[in-house]
Amino acid sequence: MSELRISDLHVDVLTETGPKEILKGVNLTVGSGEAHAIMGPNGSGKSTLAYSIAGHPKYKITSGSVTLDGVELTHLKVDERARAGLFLAMQYPIEVPGVSVANFLRTAKTALSGEAPKVRTWVKEVNAALERIGLDGTFAARSLNEGFSGGEKKRNEIAQLELLNPKFAILDETDSGLDIDALRIVSEGVNRYMEQGDRGLLLITHYTRILNYIKPDFVHVFVDGHIVAEGGPELADRLEVDGYDRFVKAAKVDA
Amino acid sequence: MTVTTAVPNVAEAVEATVASHLHPAASFDLADHPVPNGREEVWRFTPLRRLRGLFDGAPSDARLGWHANAVDGVTRREVTTAEAIALGVPAPVDRTSALAVANAGGAVLFEVAAGRELTEPLVIELHGDDADKLVYGQVVFKVGANAQATIVLRHTGSARYLSSVSLLVEEGAHLNFVGLQDWADDAVQVGHVGLKIGRDARVRTVTASLGGDLVRLTETTEYDGPGGELEQFGLYFVNAGQHIEHRLFVDHNEPHTRSRVDYRGALQGKGAHSVWIGDVLIRKVAEGINTYESNKNLVLTDGCRADSVPNLEIETGEIEGAGHSSTTGRFDDEQLFYLRSRGIPEDEARRLVVHGFFADIIRRIGVPEVEQRLLVAVEKELEIIVGLSSGSRTDPLEVQ
Repeated sequence: MSELRISDLHVDVLTETGPKEILKGVNLTVGSGEAHAIMGPNGSGKSTLAYSIAGHPKYKITSGSVTLDGVELTHLKVDERARAGLFLAMQYPIEVPGVSVANFLRTAKTALSGEAPKVRTWVKEVNAALERIGLDGTFAARSLNEGFSGGEKKRNEIAQLELLNPKFAILDETDSGLDIDALRIVSEGVNRYMEQGDRGLLLITHYTRILNYIKPDFVHVFVDGHIVAEGGPELADRLEVDGYDRFVKAAKVDA
Repeated sequence: MTVTTAVPNVAEAVEATVASHLHPAASFDLADHPVPNGREEVWRFTPLRRLRGLFDGAPSDARLGWHANAVDGVTRREVTTAEAIALGVPAPVDRTSALAVANAGGAVLFEVAAGRELTEPLVIELHGDDADKLVYGQVVFKVGANAQATIVLRHTGSARYLSSVSLLVEEGAHLNFVGLQDWADDAVQVGHVGLKIGRDARVRTVTASLGGDLVRLTETTEYDGPGGELEQFGLYFVNAGQHIEHRLFVDHNEPHTRSRVDYRGALQGKGAHSVWIGDVLIRKVAEGINTYESNKNLVLTDGCRADSVPNLEIETGEIEGAGHSSTTGRFDDEQLFYLRSRGIPEDEARRLVVHGFFADIIRRIGVPEVEQRLLVAVEKELEIIVGLSSGSRTDPLEVQ
């Protein structure tokens, strides 16, 4: 049983005019085997939550804690957090010219497991993972994300999720910009990952659409830098009908 | 800094312009190339005292050591200076290249017979054995009509070398040319590589400058008929104290010609200085042409300087496209974050990024042996970077 625990997390974003507080005390615990959806309007700080947990240098954790099985992640470097078992599927995956997908995956797998994967089985595994997600064999030899369409980048993120198989995965708006077929294929990849039974998922999304394919155990509504409502999958159904307005107005009254 | 120029329709606006340095007075006559004082536009980036007297024009009959493989379809012979000029080699554009032609005592001419497709690369090794030895050298390559050839010209060792290389590519020919400046640390080379591209001919050049105290290459291209295509790739590593300068000039003097330029460099160590000049002139006759130039510099440590100056002079707006871009910066934080977020340690992530930056160029060379050698050279340079970065890790975010 693993656990990703976020406690009273406060985060500033570093802007040209100085630091600006984005996260204002986030509390959330994800156990292995659980899928949590974080839903909120644009600008509520959902992505900041994802990137600050992963350790992006643009964000400064001012107080609070994030632990993975008791290990304080906020004290670790970006790559050490990944090696502790964390994975972030990014909303805008970065292009790295000249670094092939195959080389990147092998390097990452080696770093994560501490030894180079067996060439023979690994190549097959990579090709199979790419194929399952609808990326043909040529993608292994292509530069990482370079010239990929938006949808291909997202597929590549989920192929990585399956190949690197972390303890906990944060998916930052993986559904945005996907057409209906891509959304289904990407969701199937996430479901395969969760079907292992001992993995945890934090699914960050603006829309309820992806929840038709990936069933969350818990739904959290995120407004103005913190969680304002929590519930089961039925909460997402209410959001589909009512939208975020009710929560945004309530947050304003509280402020 | 990123500069991107779209296609302006400025035909009329430019016609009244003052004379620019993009109209060099090319000439074989030394008298047309006075000794520079360092303030001239084309010399202002070059540390003249480190040329160690190369402007003087002192006579020398010293030669670099030569080795060329024998390739079917290629002939080699010595020609006089006058014969070389009569072949139509591009005229020298500055004093150093004029001296190289005037004092070399003739040229070595390699000819690829018309219509021949070479089955293996022509590889020429030039080696200097003395950093103080003054050497003038002129080499002419003539690729006959519809021939196909890959030529590698590699410099090693040390010398004070003034060079003139001409690539005459005739109608419909395909040339893949690789120039390697793999000098020892104390070498000085100032050279001119002059390209003449015939009608519908296609030329790809890869210029790699790795060693030397000072290397200054002026690479000029002119077209000898419409429809010619040029691709120029370059890569350079500049270490502490090195000066590496690439000056490109593409003269679109014929219609429907194309040029693509992509030069990339990495700098590390105190006093490392790179210069990249990308001049493009689109003459009034050059309708329907397309050009794009790009220079990217990766500055790996403090104390380096990368000068990067793209210039575009357009005398006709009736073109397909013209643009350029120049970027100089440190590691891309987002690239490093992405790689590290997959568990790859920072040193390894930096190594991957730099490796990728150059591999992107190297894979276009098309000569496996040369590609392999350059990848090894990249790895060698990377050892230095990895060594440096282990002392400059960023601190993890602290909880206060």
